[in-house]
Amino acid sequence: MDLFQYDFMMRALTGALIIGLAAPALGIYLVQRRLSLIGDGIGHVALTGVGVGLLLNQSPVISAVIVAAVGAVGVELIRERGRTSGDLALALLFYGGIAGGVVLVALSDDANSNSLVQYLFGSLITTSPEDIAVIAVLGAAVLVAMLAFRPALFAVCNDEEYARVSGLPVRALNILMAVTTAVTVTIAMRTVGLLLVSALMVIPVAAAQQVTRGFRSTMAAAMVIGLVAAGIGVVVSAEADTPPGATTVILALAVFVAITIGAAGWRLARRRAHPPHEVEPPDVVLQKV
Amino acid sequence: MSVVTVRHAAVGYDGREILHDVSFEVDAGEVVAILGANGSGKSTLIRTILGLASLTRGEIDLFGTPQRKFREWARIGYVPQRLGAGSGVPATVGEVVASGRLARRGIFRPSGSVDKAAVRDALTDVGLLSRIDDPVTTLSGGQQQRTLIARALAGKPDLLVLDEPTAGVDAASQEAFAAALGRFEESGGSILLVAHELGPLRPLIDRAVVVHEGRVAHVGPPPEPAGHHAEPDHDHVHPHAVTQPTGICVAPTDRIAAN
Repeated sequence: MDLFQYDFMMRALTGALIIGLAAPALGIYLVQRRLSLIGDGIGHVALTGVGVGLLLNQSPVISAVIVAAVGAVGVELIRERGRTSGDLALALLFYGGIAGGVVLVALSDDANSNSLVQYLFGSLITTSPEDIAVIAVLGAAVLVAMLAFRPALFAVCNDEEYARVSGLPVRALNILMAVTTAVTVTIAMRTVGLLLVSALMVIPVAAAQQVTRGFRSTMAAAMVIGLVAAGIGVVVSAEADTPPGATTVILALAVFVAITIGAAGWRLARRRAHPPHEVEPPDVVLQKV
Repeated sequence: MSVVTVRHAAVGYDGREILHDVSFEVDAGEVVAILGANGSGKSTLIRTILGLASLTRGEIDLFGTPQRKFREWARIGYVPQRLGAGSGVPATVGEVVASGRLARRGIFRPSGSVDKAAVRDALTDVGLLSRIDDPVTTLSGGQQQRTLIARALAGKPDLLVLDEPTAGVDAASQEAFAAALGRFEESGGSILLVAHELGPLRPLIDRAVVVHEGRVAHVGPPPEPAGHHAEPDHDHVHPHAVTQPTGICVAPTDRIAAN
C-alpha cells in the first residue's frame, strides 16, 4: 500500500474513519424519529457556510459548522411547533442554503467549478492538517455525546411526550441533536461531501437493522458498518481514482443489499426448518354461532 | 393529601375551547377514572394535567405544588395510549422499559444495577419478563400496552396516569394489567385513568368523573353503562374503530375533528 506513504492519504483515511463511526452513531436517532433526510437538508445549509468562509478567507470548515448549526437549530424549532407549514419552511431553508452557497462560492477568490464539486462530493486531497485536527476534535465530541446520552436520546426519539412527562430536558436534547447533526455534516464534507453525508448517517443503520433486534445492538452494528465502508471506500477510491464519498456510499449500499438478502435467506431457511406454531391471542371476542 | 387537584380548568386548541370548567381531585391511594364518550375531552384533560396541553383558565396542583412549579416528575408514571411514533429503529422490550428509569436517575448518570433490577421487576409485574430481549414490534397490541405500563412502573411512581389503557387490548392482557394495577394500588399508589369502557378495571375504581361536553357531569361511583354497553354479554375488547351509538352517558356521538 504505497498510497499511505502520502500524508494527504493518511489524513483522508483518518477523517473518513472518524466520520464512519460518528455519522451512524448520530444517524440512528434521526432514523428512529423518521427524519432520515434531515442530514441532507442541513448539508444544503452548510454550503452557505462554506461560501461565507471562502469569501472571508477563513476556514470553510469553521464557518460551515456555525451556519449549519444555526440552520439545524432553526429546523428543530420549526419542527417543535409541529405546524404543517413546517414542511414548506424547511424547503425554503434548504434551497436558500444551497443557492446562497453556490452564489457565495462563485463570488469568492476560490471561484472555480472544481472547488464547489469538492465540497459537494468530497475529495481525497483537500483535507489539510488543520482540517483533520478540527475533524478529530468535533468527531470525538459527537461520538461521546451520542454514546453518553444514549438512554435520554433514545427516550426522546422513541416517545417525545413520555420523555416530556418524565421531566427530561427535551428541548435541550433536541437542540443537542440538531447541533451534532450540523457538526457531523460539516466534518464529513471534506471526504464524503455535503450531498452524500446523509447517506453515511442512514444507510449503515438501515443495513444493521435488517438483522438486529434492539436499539443498542443496531447502534453498534451500524457503527461497525460505517467504519468499514468509510475505510474501504477511501482505499478503493484512491486505487480506482473515484470520488471517495460516492465510493463509500456505494460500498455501504452494497453492505445493505448483502445483509438484506442474507437475512431474508436465513429467515426463509429457518421457517422451513421450524414452522411457526405460536398464535397471538385474538384481539376480538370470538362468539360461537 | 391530594395528589392531583384540578380547579375550574379550561383548555382549548386554536381558539376553540374543549374543556370549559372542570374541577376534581385525586386523593392519595385513590383510583379515579375519567369517563366520557369519544370527543368529550377526557384525553385532553389528562394531557393538561401532565403539562402536554396548556390551561387557558383555572389551576392544577400536583402533589400540592402548582403544576408550573412541579419538578418531581419521577413521582408520576405516564402510560400513553400506544407506543410512540419513533419506531424507525428496532428496540427491545427491556430498552423501552428502561426509559422509565430516566425520571429517577437523570440524564447524566449511566444505568446501574438498581435500574436493571427495577426494569426486571416491572416486567415481572406485567407478566412479560420472558420477552425482555424481544423487539417491541413483535408483541401484540395488548402486550405492547403492558410494556408501556411496565415502563411507567419501572420509575417507581406514586401516581400512575393511564390514557385509555383498555382500548383495543386482548382480554388476557386486560386481566394481566388489571392485576398489575391492583398490586400498585395495594402498595399505596394512586391511579388516574381515562377510559371509554372500564371492563376488568371496574372493581378497582374508587370514584368516576364523567366528562360530558367539556364539563363534569357526574362524580361518584362508576355509573352503570347505558345502551349498547349495558348488554350482559357485552365484552368490550375491540378497538374503538366504530363510534358506538351511546357511550357511558348520553352524548353526541359524531366525533369532533382531531384538530
